[in-house]
Amino acid sequence: MASELDLSRDRLDAPFARRVEELSGENPYACYQCGKCSAGCPFADYMDALPNQVLRLVQLGDESALDLSAPWVCASCLACGVRCPKGVDIAKTMEALRLLALRKGISPAPATPDRPCPQIALVGAYRKLTP
Amino acid sequence: MPTNPSRLAYFPGCAMKDQARPDELGTLQALALLGYEVEEIPRWNCCGTVYSLAQDDLMRHVGPVRNLVRVQGMGEKRVLTLCAMCYGTLTRSARFVEEPERLERINAFMDTEDDFRGGIEVVHLLTLLRDEVGYEKLASQVKRSLDGLKVATYYGCVLLRPREFAVDDPERPEVMERVVEALGGTPTVFPERMECCGAYLTVGRSDVVEDRAGRILRSARGNGADLVVTTCPLCQFNLDKRRPAGAPSLPVLYLGQILAWAMGVDEPAVAALLTDEPATGKPVPSGV
Repeated sequence: MASELDLSRDRLDAPFARRVEELSGENPYACYQCGKCSAGCPFADYMDALPNQVLRLVQLGDESALDLSAPWVCASCLACGVRCPKGVDIAKTMEALRLLALRKGISPAPATPDRPCPQIALVGAYRKLTP
Repeated sequence: MPTNPSRLAYFPGCAMKDQARPDELGTLQALALLGYEVEEIPRWNCCGTVYSLAQDDLMRHVGPVRNLVRVQGMGEKRVLTLCAMCYGTLTRSARFVEEPERLERINAFMDTEDDFRGGIEVVHLLTLLRDEVGYEKLASQVKRSLDGLKVATYYGCVLLRPREFAVDDPERPEVMERVVEALGGTPTVFPERMECCGAYLTVGRSDVVEDRAGRILRSARGNGADLVVTTCPLCQFNLDKRRPAGAPSLPVLYLGQILAWAMGVDEPAVAALLTDEPATGKPVPSGV
């Protein structure tokens, strides 16, 4: 009988996906990989993986998502989230990936100005890109 | 005691005292002409400029919440911001700590402050002009019309996203265009008006921001704009100071500057922005 089938995501052994979900508050399995986030992302050209691909790695429980530059190029502009047909706020997933690195003391993105910057930019960069 | 509706608690934020000073000087005088008693909140601190998107990270909300405690201390129920980023951080924190457990923890942490009780509304200049002043009254206060001036309305991110505290429809906004029209100008709607300039990436990835700025400015110019207006000091910096070689030279001004100019505010930082072209009598930007 169909009602006895266990189709729950609880069967997946993906602690990494759980951790990302906990931190972000967003269910990675809500994503059905339509790619709308990547199509509208103003920074996709500069990323080593498209936003939907980053989310796919999280769904697969693949911690190599932490080695990507994509979350560090994401500027939290939230264009992806307002357009997602499944209501996934992907920028929160990107933030969770940054935090998993930052909380281990790893900050791979440059946060030191190479040219003069106003304090509004410096404070933003320090808060997003440094532990 | 009912609060005076024309009294406005005001949170400036760092940029209004520095690179966005002309915006503050102009806007505050314009608001006075519109009948507001604007009062800067005491002992304010940096809002943090960006907010945490994490479920924990309560520490990142202390800065904004301290400012909301100051508003509460003034006996006010709302606070005005001119800066889009301050609007974002203050609003996000106000909503985040609505949850009782978070509120209790943050109050326990802010040992020397009064407890934050919640219920403070964060108001941006644009929504104030739309919802309270109204476009008609605004138009009736115009002393120097922007007639003939094509103004590209650049929203950027924070005013429109996330949806929960967007100042307008996040995909089809019109509030800034309506304000420009009320001031007599012609809004230039261009595709990149809602696209991020790169924000804080300007610190470590100015190459990316230069690309973004160039694309946004070319789009504005390509759609006929004489100048760009924004309410975000970081957008203003990125579009102006990260303007790549060969990109259109059109000026990037704050909304408050054209508001004040149109309302006839007698302020050097504002008056120098636009001049009436002798031949046509129409305003033109005085240069970047």
